[in-house]
Amino acid sequence: MMQVWHFSEMAYHPGWEFLNEGLRNVIPSRVYDPEVGADLYHRYLDEWALCDRLGLNIMVNEHHATATCTTSVCTIPMAILARETETARLLCLGMPIGNRMDAVRVAEEYAMLDVISRGRVEMGFVKGAPFEINPANSNPAELEERFWEAHDLIVKAMTTHDGPFNWEGRHYHYREVNVWPRPWQQPHPPIWMTVASPGSAARIGRKGYVIAALNTGYIHTPVVYGAYRESAAETGIAAGPDRFAYLCIIGVGETEAEGKRRAHQILDYSRTTPRVQPQFFYPPGYSPAGPTAAMIRSADRLIQRRDGSSFLMQDGTVEDFMAAGVAFAGTPAQVVEQVEEFAAAVGGFEHLLMMGQGGFISHEDTVANLTLFSEEALPAIAGL
Amino acid sequence: MSLVLFLHGEHFTAMGGPFLDRLGAGRELHAPLHPGYDGTPPDPGFRSVDDLAYRYLDLLEELDARDATLVGASLGGWVALEMAVRDRSRIARMALLAPVGVKLSGREERDFADLPFMREAEAAQTLFHDPARWAPDHAALDEAAVETIALERQWAAWYGWKPYMHNPVLGNWLHRAAVPTLLLWGGSDGFAAPDYGRRLADRLPDARFELVPGAGHYPHIERADATADAVRAFLESA
Repeated sequence: MMQVWHFSEMAYHPGWEFLNEGLRNVIPSRVYDPEVGADLYHRYLDEWALCDRLGLNIMVNEHHATATCTTSVCTIPMAILARETETARLLCLGMPIGNRMDAVRVAEEYAMLDVISRGRVEMGFVKGAPFEINPANSNPAELEERFWEAHDLIVKAMTTHDGPFNWEGRHYHYREVNVWPRPWQQPHPPIWMTVASPGSAARIGRKGYVIAALNTGYIHTPVVYGAYRESAAETGIAAGPDRFAYLCIIGVGETEAEGKRRAHQILDYSRTTPRVQPQFFYPPGYSPAGPTAAMIRSADRLIQRRDGSSFLMQDGTVEDFMAAGVAFAGTPAQVVEQVEEFAAAVGGFEHLLMMGQGGFISHEDTVANLTLFSEEALPAIAGL
Repeated sequence: MSLVLFLHGEHFTAMGGPFLDRLGAGRELHAPLHPGYDGTPPDPGFRSVDDLAYRYLDLLEELDARDATLVGASLGGWVALEMAVRDRSRIARMALLAPVGVKLSGREERDFADLPFMREAEAAQTLFHDPARWAPDHAALDEAAVETIALERQWAAWYGWKPYMHNPVLGNWLHRAAVPTLLLWGGSDGFAAPDYGRRLADRLPDARFELVPGAGHYPHIERADATADAVRAFLESA
């Protein structure tokens, strides 16, 4: 049964107009007005809290030093929502564990959230976008290794209940790891990871975790899902559709035009993603030499439509993103049909990560978008 | 005649050929590539400049060098300093070309430009006196050549990401690097300013600072002949 998760990056869009060179890393926080920011934080939290009544789950993430996403600490909205909601599951996708220097603290935060929410936490671990290397100052050439060591340590810390253990690894050193509280869900909250490449999908497939493909569209999604399925099968793990998640932009309206208008506004999330100086896209060693070399030549972010043609991410229209399978928009019935077609084309998934808010869309439009989706699209989508 | 061990820098390894040809003429010259740069990913446990220093101290022992000359460019100069503070028994002298590795400024200043987070054009300006002539044109290079550039950056990060291009305690032990040392510095070095070089020379027990005009951070690339000649003159005098 398909689960739907509402995601917002808590953007500080009022700051976007001041920014010419880029929205990330080097932008001065003097353009941030804390009074406006406070209103926005409360607004976004209200929209997430609404999901609890609409039958939608909740997804948060984090980014750093950017006006595109002011969730700089993902567990803060998680903590607030653990109290404010009762039934929605709370997904953090995710915690950039290779960039967090204290892995035990991550285990503690997740465990505490899991207990406060009485077992509603879904625990995402992400490598983090390339432009996150700059604010974290983590070594990109060993990020993959640090990510997996953090993963191993966090899982062991959450599942060890008989006192302290020793950890003297390459990146993390603790002589007395003893995480309190232990998590509500046993042995630990479900683990999710995001994937961009078939190689990392294969590695996650061997673990059987939920993998989330983010805006990867018709062309790339089947590639990463396929790599996961293959390695899961080789490992003897039955990878059902509940192991797969897909993040997209969704705009619904009473009319097709209204749904597209909402999606168009939310898509400023996608259009602002590449608004960063090119060098932040390819920190040394973050990706293998081939893809890095391609980005040294040109850091243009291209999105492929289903027919194989492509467009620049910052310039895409709502129709472009729909043709790519990145946005679904229109009336509830049209969106159901689009999601159904997409899910069939990529081999099926049971977690629809819905960006229902983004860019300059108003609170009223966001509430209408989520409510109409919940009332008129969710029943059919849940049955897909 | 004593051997020369050249320790290469973090970028543009292949452009050092003309310098090495002139430096090595009539001499025993060893110019190994650091692990990673040699095309083989280093063992996961081999990832610091300490590791490089011990590896090359081992090499001096294997070669049974008695009065070796270390010539090191940038990262390679840092490796040479780390070798000298550990064991100078086989090291007679050092010629260091804009070495990095020692923290001289305060915690809110940077001794070395933040190259990985610069635009390509800005990075080229920072590294070269004449970027139009020397900085690679990525659009014109073939794919393999740009991949080599990407890999060199990866290994530079591997060895020198954090702390950035330095060892915080190396400065405590520079008195141990007590061998005649020539510091050659490109007059237009935007990566490690000539003033850094002058201050480093003051901190070393027996160092002389010399400016190479018309060169940026890699004088052995931009002024290969003049730099090789300066090193040879030093070799013959010290």
